[in-house]
Amino acid sequence: MRIPCPHCGPRGVEEFLYTQDAEVTRPKDGGAAPTKEWTDYVYMRDNLKGPRKEYWYHSTGCHAWLVVTRDVSTHEILKVELP
Amino acid sequence: MRGHAGWAPAWRKAEPAPQYDVVIIGGGGGGLSTAYYLAKNHNVGRIAVLEKGWLGNGSIGRNTTIIRSNYGLPGNIPFYELSMKLWEGLEQDINYNAMVSQRGVFNIYHSDAQRDAFARRGNAMRLHGVDAELLDREQLRREIPYLDYDNARFPVQGALVQRRGGTVRHDAVAWGYARAADRRGVDIIENCEVTGIIQENGAVTGVETTRGRIGAGKIGIAVAGSSSLLANMAGFRLPIESHALQAFVTEGLKPLIDNVITFGAGHFYISQSDKGGLVFGGDIDGYNSYAARGNLPTVEDVCEGGVALVPMIGRARLLRSWGGIMDMTMDGSPIIDFAPVKNLFLNAGWCYGGFKAVPAMGHCFAHLIAREAPHEVAAAYRLDRFAEGKLIDEKGVGAQPNLH
Repeated sequence: MRIPCPHCGPRGVEEFLYTQDAEVTRPKDGGAAPTKEWTDYVYMRDNLKGPRKEYWYHSTGCHAWLVVTRDVSTHEILKVELP
Repeated sequence: MRGHAGWAPAWRKAEPAPQYDVVIIGGGGGGLSTAYYLAKNHNVGRIAVLEKGWLGNGSIGRNTTIIRSNYGLPGNIPFYELSMKLWEGLEQDINYNAMVSQRGVFNIYHSDAQRDAFARRGNAMRLHGVDAELLDREQLRREIPYLDYDNARFPVQGALVQRRGGTVRHDAVAWGYARAADRRGVDIIENCEVTGIIQENGAVTGVETTRGRIGAGKIGIAVAGSSSLLANMAGFRLPIESHALQAFVTEGLKPLIDNVITFGAGHFYISQSDKGGLVFGGDIDGYNSYAARGNLPTVEDVCEGGVALVPMIGRARLLRSWGGIMDMTMDGSPIIDFAPVKNLFLNAGWCYGGFKAVPAMGHCFAHLIAREAPHEVAAAYRLDRFAEGKLIDEKGVGAQPNLH
């Protein structure tokens, strides 16, 4: 699997770290929100097949955080954006 | 003496009936053991196991066959020790040779700090009545002389040993439980994929499958790797990501490694099968996947770990490698609990350690389904522990499934 980094070009997956799902959004009120909202954000995931948005970190390259749209059923990289 | 003639099928090829009292989704280790213990220990009526492929084609037939109960946290130790005790009596119980081999599991340590952590874990195990033994470098060298003791980066200092740990023939576990469940009247229905979960008034009443609609009084989900997909059919989410784990086997060699060895400075574990192949594995690939295959950087990483610990295996030729899909939870521990829908039960989140738990997960899940109360040793594996902050995080790495 190779990820086309917007800064560095296509690089091997060993240069990157998958960090987390980019489809969940952090509750806006920094702790005042009900617990369920925070539980959903921190722990609960759709985890379905097909294209998904994920945060990847280019740890041994440019250190950029990337939002990668990737088909988790085929490992095909569909889109790479800066967050 | 009869030239292998006259073997009959070990279980019936059951056709789906219109209605069952309990339907178990998933014909792997978890589903088959659950059906067996339901039929043996509980009076719940007619039971079916639905398997989307053929029996034993998932993780139960692809794992590295290790059994152990060397955990360190209170919610885990009694559960895995029950599993170990069930392994010890399994072959007599199901009347099937599963080749349970208590050859010992050696966790190698490489620093003073790691020795102290292992001593603590060993003490926790012994306080729960589990066997554990801490070996120093010279004691270990007498038993396993071929490790790289003087490795410049990862010198071997000793090991925590669980001598009752070992390996079990994984396919035989599936076949043995299937035959034993079948003999007690369980319908094992292969090539029957669940495509929908039918609900009425907030309770499940059956499943839609590729072989038609099947009614059910209660439904148990035991499909680790695909748990989120089934949860989605029933309308809820889980604290799980699906990740790929690879495993490896070398060409057959003469007897060489007569126990299970794990590397403490990386992630690598190895044993030798009865056919002679060295069976080993390491980390998951580290990103979400439903493709049952991994990538080459992980192959390289696993092999580097192996050669750092056991240099001689660098001379062996890798015969094959394969990947499977793991339910990686947010705290690295499993879930055996009620689902948020009435009459639906969940056995999920086994990360990459489900095989050793097969007897206990079936025993405890059957108890939960039949009595509608958790078994005492699985009571901590609740789904709401994430909301409640009662996580069971052996590694202490937090809500990051790819690090567990």
